[in-house]
Amino acid sequence: MNIENEMKLSFKSLSRNEGFARTAVCAFAAQLDPDTEEISDIRTAVSEAVTNCIVHAYRNRTGTIELVCRILENRELYIRVRDRGCGIENVAKAMEPLFTTAACEERAGLGFAVMESFMDKLKVTSAVGRGTSVIMRKRIGGKNE
Amino acid sequence: MSLRIESRDRSVTAYLTGEIDHHIAAAIRNDIDYSVRDTGAVELILDFSGVTFMDSSGIGLVMGRYRLMNEMGGSVIVQDPPHNIKKVMKLSGIDRLAEIRNSTEEESK
Ligand SMILES: Nc1ncnc2c1ncn2[C@@H]1O[C@H](COP(=O)(O)OP(=O)(O)OP(=O)(O)O)[C@@H](O)[C@H]1O
Ligand SMILES: [Mg+2]
Repeated sequence: MNIENEMKLSFKSLSRNEGFARTAVCAFAAQLDPDTEEISDIRTAVSEAVTNCIVHAYRNRTGTIELVCRILENRELYIRVRDRGCGIENVAKAMEPLFTTAACEERAGLGFAVMESFMDKLKVTSAVGRGTSVIMRKRIGGKNE
Repeated sequence: MSLRIESRDRSVTAYLTGEIDHHIAAAIRNDIDYSVRDTGAVELILDFSGVTFMDSSGIGLVMGRYRLMNEMGGSVIVQDPPHNIKKVMKLSGIDRLAEIRNSTEEESK
């Protein structure tokens, strides 16, 4: 798959970086000229993935979050959010809507459901003790063709 | 994000504006819960008309307030969420716990 453009960011797992990450991805995606609905979908999906690193992966500590964005062929936006945190034991279970390991913190267990429904593709790989990688793809302007 | 809270006749209205995410959710939650408990409110109106962004942290916020009001024998109303916010709410099924209402329609009734 040809990579037409790419950007990489790495930042600390501080909650104040959630807004930064959303804005950075949308600024990069702007070259695909997404409509307001698409921007809103991307913004929300990125927020979910980054928040999960901060809330779950690096619970009680600060680590580094790595973000890669690419423009692929056919106006496809590729986003990878990766942490080196605690990892997920059972990814299929974690991705079930309403599943959460942090109910007492008022987490709804809907982050993955949001990513899945707002993006075209979602792939999660994880290893306990080593970290998690979330890859999302969305074709921009696909609805009108 | 800024938050304005008004209360009258055991009804609390929280006007939320800006972006609701995990970074800000705990502060909003504390302020709202304080007002609800302080006034013994039986109705909590969460006005989303000024909210520009919300992720699942906002869903957690609404669900948590639903639980609190339920405990106190009251209810939660979500008022005037913009299109993109409503989209996240619909996905969560929160409309089964809290009434989502449009304040302008309400007035013309
Ligand atoms: N990066 C990650 N590292 C470790 N565990 C994770 C990570 N992302 C998700 N999880 C696990 O998967 C579960 C489900 O994640 P999801 O985002 O769907 O819900 P949540 O974060 O618990 O709640 P919400 O996103 O609605 O606030 C989490 O509760 C957590 O146990
Ligand atoms: Mg989450």
